[in-house]
Amino acid sequence: MKRPVPYYFVICTLILIGAGLILHRHWVYEIPLTPGESQTIWSLEAKVQFMANGEPVRASLARPSNQPGFMVLRDSGASPGYGLNFIDAPAPMAEWTIRQANGMQMLFYRVEVLQSENSGDLPPEAPPVLQTHEWKEPFASAVRVILDRVYSTSADHFSLTRELLKAFAAEPAEQNVELLMNEFGNDRPEQLAYMLNKAGVPARVVYGLYLQDGRRQQDLTPLIRVWQGDKSQVFPIPGYSPNLVGTEDMGPLLLWEQRGAPVLDVMGARDSQVRFSMIRREESTYATVANTLSSQYNLFNFSIHSLPVEEQAMFKTILLLPIGALVVCFLRILVGLKTSGTFMPVLIALAFIQTSLVTGLIGFLLVVAAGLVLRSYLSKMNLLLVARITSVIICVVAIIGVFSVLSYKFGLTEGLKITFFPMIILSWTVERMSILWEEEGPREVVTQVGGSLLTAVLAYWAMNNPWVRHLTFNFIGIQFVILGLVLLLGSYTGYRLLELKRFVAFTR
Amino acid sequence: MSLLPVKLSELPALALDWATRPWRLHKAGILGMNARNRLYISGYNPRHLYPLVDNKVKTKLLAQEAEITVPQLIATIDSQHATARLEEIIRERDSFVIKPAKGSGGKGIVVIAGRNEEGWVKANGQTVDLEYLMRHVSNILAGLYSLGGAMDVVIIEERIDFDQSLSAFSFEGVPDIRVIVCRGYPVMAMTRLATRASDGKANLHQGAVGLGLDLATGRALKAVQFGLPVEYHPDTGQRLDELVIPYWQELLVLAARCYEVTGLGYLGTDIVIDRDKGPMLLELNARPGLSIQLANGSGLVPRLRRIDALSESDTRIPAHRRVLRSQEWFGVRPDA
Repeated sequence: MKRPVPYYFVICTLILIGAGLILHRHWVYEIPLTPGESQTIWSLEAKVQFMANGEPVRASLARPSNQPGFMVLRDSGASPGYGLNFIDAPAPMAEWTIRQANGMQMLFYRVEVLQSENSGDLPPEAPPVLQTHEWKEPFASAVRVILDRVYSTSADHFSLTRELLKAFAAEPAEQNVELLMNEFGNDRPEQLAYMLNKAGVPARVVYGLYLQDGRRQQDLTPLIRVWQGDKSQVFPIPGYSPNLVGTEDMGPLLLWEQRGAPVLDVMGARDSQVRFSMIRREESTYATVANTLSSQYNLFNFSIHSLPVEEQAMFKTILLLPIGALVVCFLRILVGLKTSGTFMPVLIALAFIQTSLVTGLIGFLLVVAAGLVLRSYLSKMNLLLVARITSVIICVVAIIGVFSVLSYKFGLTEGLKITFFPMIILSWTVERMSILWEEEGPREVVTQVGGSLLTAVLAYWAMNNPWVRHLTFNFIGIQFVILGLVLLLGSYTGYRLLELKRFVAFTR
Repeated sequence: MSLLPVKLSELPALALDWATRPWRLHKAGILGMNARNRLYISGYNPRHLYPLVDNKVKTKLLAQEAEITVPQLIATIDSQHATARLEEIIRERDSFVIKPAKGSGGKGIVVIAGRNEEGWVKANGQTVDLEYLMRHVSNILAGLYSLGGAMDVVIIEERIDFDQSLSAFSFEGVPDIRVIVCRGYPVMAMTRLATRASDGKANLHQGAVGLGLDLATGRALKAVQFGLPVEYHPDTGQRLDELVIPYWQELLVLAARCYEVTGLGYLGTDIVIDRDKGPMLLELNARPGLSIQLANGSGLVPRLRRIDALSESDTRIPAHRRVLRSQEWFGVRPDA
């Protein structure tokens, strides 16, 4: 028989698609291929405080967005009585609104960010327009002198910025710089940005947070972001390093606000301030991914992880089924094992995952054995098939009930897990085995129950393997690979392992 | 004393003994289950034709149309409330067979050979009453013996009046002859002899004796029980190599004609010999088993390859000529 030409093509395509999807998720979303690797998640909390005086209040706080080194997992706000909206344009921010508020107000904004190894430049972005600012004399000429010098000693926007910042960091400061520093006072970051703009360099003051575990009441640190074409870089401003414990361990820098928009803007109240606290936690990627991206309702993110967490938990199990089915395929096609009901072992294996293996095996054998005894009585009653199976179902339920109560009375709480077994499947197993016993004798029953249990145990091992669980849940692509493998198995026309035994007489 | 029941040096030999090697099977031309399913059953048997053989009522009607001898149909029962008709149907009869239309592997077949005061006597001597038979009919209707437990129909047909020349070769009942027909060409044949060990059933893995048959003559080639060669029937003591199937040519032609009747290219035909009517088609099987190779001591693959190589027109020549060609290709010559 000839195979259609596109046959291997289809299989290869499936496996390639699968591998592609896996690698895409691995590279783009940085989900590791092995479980147990932990990733760092920062829980950051911004506390906004202000005094309200009975007027309508509108408070907007900038929100961090994805950037090199960080991925925002989810954010939320807590603010009783306030309306809260997350706005994405023109800049990402959280906006609280209330018609009337009095006294000290406290608003909370929480965000979880995933720290990733991937660092590098900020994504390309069009530079902002240049702002003009006029200084009074003698400051205007001081600015001019400094800019002239840094311009001549630099090559591009970035090196010009470095030169300028170096001038302001120098000890002792040069006379012109000294003059300007006194004039700028606390406004130094903005003034530096104006100076850069004056030199034709697009620059903005942005605000970042140096992350260090367990810090509270932190301020954002102003930084200067400079554009050269679409590219941009962030520079620390001299004299504005954060007050961290131990200067060596600065911790990673998260840009809270990236475009020079105000961090906090409160209308209708006074004395507003925002303080940050942060906690670092290590989570296994498995747990992380359950949360990861669930808030990214992106049209192209068709992954399971765009579902709510509860549905994801359900899919964890569903996505394991193909693995169990693959094991069955393998055992039947390559080994030639006999089972009772093709995919019954997979369902039994799913029950084993709930009950743990030993409990599950003992429970299964007890229920089937007790079921067979009851069924042998039923077979004497000359019932119609459907009624008989229904009676078997009821008997199986009763048996499970009795075993649960007994094991509980004897203090074996493990026994209660027996309820995880799929009763209908068990009933059909009992019915089939009973007929098999009558027709083919106990030997065939032992063969088939043994084959089914062996398959179930192997499927259980496969499906309960942390690595397999990690792969199936996090990489939808694996399903394509499995499908490809199954198609490949489906075209296998070689001998089965047990046929080597069956036909052993030929080579004697 | 060693802790192990065998010496370590013997272990490799044990491992060799347990199973053969795939390349040896390949060399012997053995057809495996996967190859059979994919290359022959899926390759030659269109799915829509399966009901013709899976439902024995259809097979019977089809065969009768084509004037192939089959056991005479007495009646069918197709619903639970019609079960009451059973008494009326069998009242006047001493012998008959009750079987499921969609059964497989001989399951659910009850053969009634006679009557006594208490009721009917089964072929194995057990006396049964009407209630037993009605329960059996009801079980068949509910799908107890059908593939996948689907609703079934009961067939009541005449019992075959077996040719007694073969009865000494079987422990109970009379053996049937299985011929594998590929694209209308008989490729291999065997008969299965029930033994006490097989509990009167004709399944090789349960201990029935498998007897390969020479396609050219209908003579026994080789007998195996539990995979080992045997010379005498374990229960009757009959020398097995004396077995010759009567009406052999006629039987093969009948088997070969089943190809035109059903359109199935890979077919197992089960044939019995009636004392008066000669070879009679008992049932057809679209998924014939592989143990026929054990009984013949040779593999199906080389023969099937030969059939694969035939052209479409080769399959349209009359059945008796196909049989002759098969016999020439696959028959064992006396001098061989």
